[in-house]
Amino acid sequence: MSDTTTTTSTPGAVQTTGHAWDGDLQEFNNPLPRWWLWSFYATVVFAVFYWFAYPAWPFGKTWTKGFTTATYTEGGQSHTMRWNTRSALLEDLDSGSDAKRQRQYLDKIAQTDYAAIAKDPQMVAFVNQAGKRLFETNCSACHGRGGQGVVGLFPNLVDDDWLWGGSYQAIETTLKHGRNGYMPAFGSVLNATQIDDVANYVLSLSGVVPSSEASARGQKIFTGATGGCYMCHGDDGKGIKSMGAANLTDKIWTIANVPAAQSPADKLAAVRAVIGNGVQNVRKMPAWGERLSAAEIKLMAVYVHQLGGGQ
Amino acid sequence: MRHEHIEVNSGLMIALVLAVISIGGLVEIVPLYFINDTVEKVDGVRPYTPLELRGRDIYVREGCFLCHSQMIRPFRDEWLRYGHYSLAAESKYDHPFQWGSKRTGPDLARVGNKFSNQWHVQHLVKPTSVVPESIMPNYPWLLDTELDYTDVADRMKALRYTGVPYSLTQAEYEKNVKDFGKVVADQLDISQAKDNLMKQARTFNYDGLPDRVTEMEALVAYLQVLGTMVDFSKYDEGYFANFR
Ligand code: HEC
Ligand code: HEC
Ligand code: HEC
Repeated sequence: MSDTTTTTSTPGAVQTTGHAWDGDLQEFNNPLPRWWLWSFYATVVFAVFYWFAYPAWPFGKTWTKGFTTATYTEGGQSHTMRWNTRSALLEDLDSGSDAKRQRQYLDKIAQTDYAAIAKDPQMVAFVNQAGKRLFETNCSACHGRGGQGVVGLFPNLVDDDWLWGGSYQAIETTLKHGRNGYMPAFGSVLNATQIDDVANYVLSLSGVVPSSEASARGQKIFTGATGGCYMCHGDDGKGIKSMGAANLTDKIWTIANVPAAQSPADKLAAVRAVIGNGVQNVRKMPAWGERLSAAEIKLMAVYVHQLGGGQ
Repeated sequence: MRHEHIEVNSGLMIALVLAVISIGGLVEIVPLYFINDTVEKVDGVRPYTPLELRGRDIYVREGCFLCHSQMIRPFRDEWLRYGHYSLAAESKYDHPFQWGSKRTGPDLARVGNKFSNQWHVQHLVKPTSVVPESIMPNYPWLLDTELDYTDVADRMKALRYTGVPYSLTQAEYEKNVKDFGKVVADQLDISQAKDNLMKQARTFNYDGLPDRVTEMEALVAYLQVLGTMVDFSKYDEGYFANFR
């Protein structure tokens, strides 16, 4: 504080505002740099230009709309309208450089049939890149980032075992309309021994347990009217794709977590639980037909197909 | 008036500071109440059903808005990731709205129908069980806690005072029938609130527990309706742009 008096008294040094508090507390009065001041005036002038160019001042029930415009295509027609954030978005979606580049590929995918897409390395590269993004945004929350799924909840898309079919067409239908596997609960239809028998039979189909008397009894239930399992899973237990009914003869499980069960008794319990409770309106694959465009669905079908076991 | 007068008179200074900083807000907000086109005219937007409303309360109570916005902005990247940008009309019955500005997690404005009920339950109980890298907290108590809906009618009455068309009188009910159709109007009838809540919970069983109505039930019902009310295929995009 001692040099305050020296600064105020030296000619040419920074001025103070002139008043002192508590005897010696003073404030410097630095003028703004010239360049700063002129930049400030320039922004004021720009603001006036902005009022005329863009939507700005409200008055009454409306507002000044500005003279800038945005151009976009809708319904095959080019429209030009006053600029606002929404019309600017439409212009960006329509003729922004990224949008245009992406659309080139998407249009090509929309026009090319599946077999030809898979043979064209350029398109496959695009599918892999764009498909990865779309998959992470829309699918990985359920099917996992790599498509490996969660046993019991969401099927694995990487293997070659399909509930609903692994052809391009079947995958496209799955994506567009969604799926919802249904299996009735047999807990109140079959008694405990019968469920035990049929579970034994199911496990014997893939060789998890050897054939036994129990599994032979189970086979009768499976292929007969008592259980009626064959109506969905087929006489041979290989599954019927149009029903989304699982193939029970392979070693791949989507609901009953048989591989994780340690003892044969636990494996049996896992299968018994599925048979007893059925699959009631919970395993729902959402429909993407409204969220994704037709070209994006096609792209995703190719992406999922090449993740592993497309057929 | 000299500068010094203001600086040494804190009462006056407070009043003047308030006046100056309120200009920005007044100029931006007040005109919106008078401009005809602030809220787009679209079909389909309706107030929440009693069950969805309780779900919304739980959403607010648990602070989901601290990590999730519900406002898709009109930019291409958001359009590609989340879908159609949010309309003002879509939150016209929200008091308070849940637009938010913090996106630790994804925007939820169009999360309705994107996932299954089963996924939501699984995810809310333990997010890492379906998204291993998730940093979202676990909310296991939602599935254990029975939903308290004793006061759902009072909650609807409170919103009615703010202008949400929940109906108390026959005349209000009939107006709702005209505006929304009978099915929705019944849902908005305050005197049927508890029955409607139970009925919706039983029919859709959002939490997967057939004989219980949990807080999870309400929250999932709310999440599943977000962003689904407007059928965008019915409108030209230029139509919405005309409102701005
Ligand atoms: C809400 C969780 C969820 C989301 C999100 C989801 N799926 Fe699914 N998906 C499922 C379930 C559950 C099934 C099994 C349906 C069944 O069992 O009937 C399934 C089945 C499938 C199938 C059929 C598998 C087969 O074996 O036939 C494919 C293909 C598929 N999903 C791809 C996708 C793609 C691609 C996306 C993203 C666009 C996606 N899924 C998003 C839950 C989901
Ligand atoms: C109405 C058709 C239908 C009938 C009848 C039916 N199932 Fe199923 N089952 C399904 C469907 C569909 C799935 C797969 C559900 C899904 O993925 O969403 C399935 C899945 C299973 C699974 C789980 C497979 C796995 O990979 O985890 C087992 C085990 C099973 N069924 C056994 C049986 C037995 C045993 C019977 C007879 C008692 C039976 N099912 C009757 C439709 C049926
Ligand atoms: C600490 C921040 C945080 C809080 C609080 C939070 N979330 Fe999340 N949420 C996330 C993150 C991060 C993700 C992305 C990873 C994931 O899917 O779990 C997410 C994802 C989600 C998703 C999936 C969105 C999508 O499209 O993939 C839903 C739905 C969701 N949260 C709902 C909620 C609800 C309801 C609450 C309140 C009960 C909540 N969240 C609280 C951080 C949070």
